[in-house]
Amino acid sequence: MSTIATLYIGEIGYISEESLDFIPLKLLEMGCLPGAEVQLVQIAPFKDPLYICVNGSHLAIRKETASLIKILKASL
Amino acid sequence: MSKNDIKVALIGNPNTGKTSLFNQLTGLNQKVGNYPGITVDKKLGICKLSATQNAIITDLPGTYSINPTSIDESIVLKTLLNKDIKASPDVILVVADVENLKRNLLLFSQIKDLEIPTVLAINMVDQMDKKGITIDLSLLKKELNTEVILISARKNEGINDIKAAIIRCHVAAKASPLCGINSKVDPDYFDKLKEVSPNYSLYELWLMVTQNNFPETITKKEKEDLLAFKEDVSKLKKYQHKETIYRYQEINKILKKTYIIDKTKAKDLRGRLDKVFTHKIFGYLFFFLILLIIFQSIFDIASVPMDFIDGIFAQLSDFAKSNLSTGVLTDLLTEGIIPGIGGVVIFIPQIAILFLFIAILEETGYMSRVVFLMDKIMRRFGMNGKSIIPLISGTACAIPAIMATRTISSWKERLITILVTPFTTCSARLPVYAILIALVIPDKKVVGFLNLQGLVLLLLYALGFVSAILAAYILHKTLKIKTKSFFVIEMPNYKLPSLKNVFYEVVEKTKAFVFGAGKIILALSIVLWFLASNGGESYKNAAQNVTENVVNQNLNDEQLQQKIASAKLENSYIGIMGKSIEPAIKPLGYDWKIGIALITSFAAREVFVGTLATIYSVEADDENTTTIKQKMAAEVNESGGKLFNFPVGMSLMVFYAFAMQCMATLAIVKRETKTWKWPLIQLFGMGLLAYVASFLTYQILS
Repeated sequence: MSTIATLYIGEIGYISEESLDFIPLKLLEMGCLPGAEVQLVQIAPFKDPLYICVNGSHLAIRKETASLIKILKASL
Repeated sequence: MSKNDIKVALIGNPNTGKTSLFNQLTGLNQKVGNYPGITVDKKLGICKLSATQNAIITDLPGTYSINPTSIDESIVLKTLLNKDIKASPDVILVVADVENLKRNLLLFSQIKDLEIPTVLAINMVDQMDKKGITIDLSLLKKELNTEVILISARKNEGINDIKAAIIRCHVAAKASPLCGINSKVDPDYFDKLKEVSPNYSLYELWLMVTQNNFPETITKKEKEDLLAFKEDVSKLKKYQHKETIYRYQEINKILKKTYIIDKTKAKDLRGRLDKVFTHKIFGYLFFFLILLIIFQSIFDIASVPMDFIDGIFAQLSDFAKSNLSTGVLTDLLTEGIIPGIGGVVIFIPQIAILFLFIAILEETGYMSRVVFLMDKIMRRFGMNGKSIIPLISGTACAIPAIMATRTISSWKERLITILVTPFTTCSARLPVYAILIALVIPDKKVVGFLNLQGLVLLLLYALGFVSAILAAYILHKTLKIKTKSFFVIEMPNYKLPSLKNVFYEVVEKTKAFVFGAGKIILALSIVLWFLASNGGESYKNAAQNVTENVVNQNLNDEQLQQKIASAKLENSYIGIMGKSIEPAIKPLGYDWKIGIALITSFAAREVFVGTLATIYSVEADDENTTTIKQKMAAEVNESGGKLFNFPVGMSLMVFYAFAMQCMATLAIVKRETKTWKWPLIQLFGMGLLAYVASFLTYQILS
C-alpha cells in the first residue's frame, strides 16, 4: 500500500478516506484531509523529514507520520 | 488604559504577517512583561482607533487552530476561554494570508463559533494580482457573516479600515456562530452538551471538554457535568476529526463562490530556492556560511562600538572623579555605578547584531528550512528540528531562547532543549572571553590569514555547542520520559524581510535584555562597591598598619598609597569572602580577587568584568583611569609573573563556558518547567562540570 512516505520527489497522490483515523488532528487542521491532493516536494538529508504540499499548505512532517497516511496514486 | 478601551485579541496562523499588522496598529506603543518575569507570550500595544476611542491589542502567538499541541498555542486557548471581564477580549481580530485562505479560515471558523465579535483581516492583498487571485468581498462578508477587510500590512494599506471595523464590531450585538458544529457531527450529543450552561457558547463548552481547560468562572456543577462528557476519549477524538472535516467542507463551499485562484500565474521561486536551501550538501554549506557570517559580524562589526563604549565609560568615571567633590557618593558613582552600567551597555552592539540576524532569518522564512534540515540530526540527540532555533538564539541570550522552545510539542524534546541551551555561548560570556583572550592569546595571524584570537573564540563557541549536543545525548539516554513526539512545521513562502519588523524585534529584545539584566548588574555593582569599601577592624586600621610596616622601605607616596589600597581591599568584606573560597579555587589557578569575581558573577556572568573593574578601580585609585584591560594586564601573581597568564586565562574561560551563572536563566527554567528540580540540576551539574574541566585545564597547561 502506498503512503506519503513511499512517494518519490515530485509525485502526486490523493489521501485515502481510510486514513482518517490515523491522521493527527493537527495535520487535519493544517489541510491534510482525506481526498486532498498531496505532492512530495523534497526529502531532507538522511531521508527524513519529508516536505510535502497538501491543499495549498507546504509542510514538513516526519517519516513515521507520513507512513501512516495512505494514498491513492494519481494514475489510479 | 481606561475602562472604555476596546480589548482586541490579535490571532492568526504563523507567517500571515500578524506581527507586521501589530506593528502597524500600535507603533512603538508596545509593552512586554518584565525580564526575568518576562512574558513574551503576551505582547500588548495601544492603538488609537478614533479621536475618542483607543484599543488595547494583545498579540497572541501564531497558531493553526484553537486546539493546542504546544505551550505556545495553549496560551491562545486560555486567553479566549477566559471570561474574566478585565482580560477577556471584546473583539477578536483574525489575520489571514490571502494565498492560503482556506487553511486560515479553519482557525477563523473556530473563533467565530466562540460567538465573540470577530473581524477578519485578509493580508498580503498586494500579492493578489501576481498570484492570480480574485475575491468577491461583499459575498464573502455575507457568507462569513462578519467584517472582512482586505489589507496589506507591510504597505500600510487598509489599516484605517480595520480600526473602523473594530469599532463597528464592538458596537454591534453578540456575534453568531459560523457553522454550528452540532448539526452534522452528532445532534443528540451536542444538544445535551449545550444544556450544561447558558453562560457559554456551545463551542466553548466543547473546547472545555476536549482540551480539559476550564475558565475560573465556571461553577462546580457545570464542571462536573462537563467532565461526564469526557468519559469516552476515543469518541471525543473521532468527533474532533469529524468536526474538522465538516469545517473544511463549509469553508470549501464558501470559497467556491467567492475566491478564484488562477494557478498558472504562480511563479516557482519557492521551488528553485528550496532546491538550494534544502539540498543535502548545499543546504548545510549555506547554513554554515550564514553562521560564519553572523559570528564574523558579531566580532568585527561590534568590536568598534564596544571599544568606543568602553572608552566612554572610563572617561566618564574620570570626568566625574575630577569634577565632583570627594566623598562617599562620588565614590559610589565612579567606582560602583558608572562601571556597573558600562558593563551592561557594552553588550548592546553584540546583542543587537545577533538579534538582527535571527530576526532576518525568521522573517525570510529561511529558519523553517534549517529546522527541516536539522530535524533528523537533532532527533538523534533527543531534540527536535525546532531545537535549532533556541540553540542559535542562545548565542545571544538563553532567556528568549528558552522561551522559544514553547513551539516544541514533545515534552521530553522540549525539556532537553531547555536544559542544554545554557551551554551555548551567550553574549554574557563574550566580554569575559573577549577580555581574557586579549590578555592571554597573542594577537597574531596563523596559517597566513586566520586571526589567532578569533580562532580561539570560535573554538569556545564550538565547545559550547558540542557540550550542548553531548549533554543532550546523555539526557536523551537517561531521562525516562515517555511522550509522543510529533513534528510538523510549515515551510512558508520566501519573503524579503520587512525592515520595520526586524527593527522592532531588535529594539524590543535588546531593550528587554538591557533593562532586565541591567537591573541585576547595577544592583550587584552597588552591593559590591559597598562590600569592597567597608570592612571590620583590620579594614579600618589598614592604612595605619601598612604605614607602620613599610616605614623602612623608602617608598614614594604613590607606592605607599597603592599598598594601602591593596591592604584595604584584602581586609574588606568582599576581600574576606574571596579569601575564604581561595583554597577551593587555588587548584584552578585563581587567586582571591578572581574568587570575588566568581562569587559576584554567580548571578550573572557578565558581572565578572565589571567586578574586576570595580575591584581594580577601588584598589588602584589613581588619577588616570585606564581601561579594565590595562589594569588586568598589569596584575602580578605571588611569584611576580603576570596573574592572567595562559593557564589561568584558559582555565577561567573553560570555567565560564560550563558554569551555570545566570539567575535570570534559572528563574526562567523554573517557570517553564514548573519545578525547581530542573534549574537545580542545571546549576549543580554544570557547576561540577565547570570545576572539573577548569581544574584539568589549569593542571595540564601549567
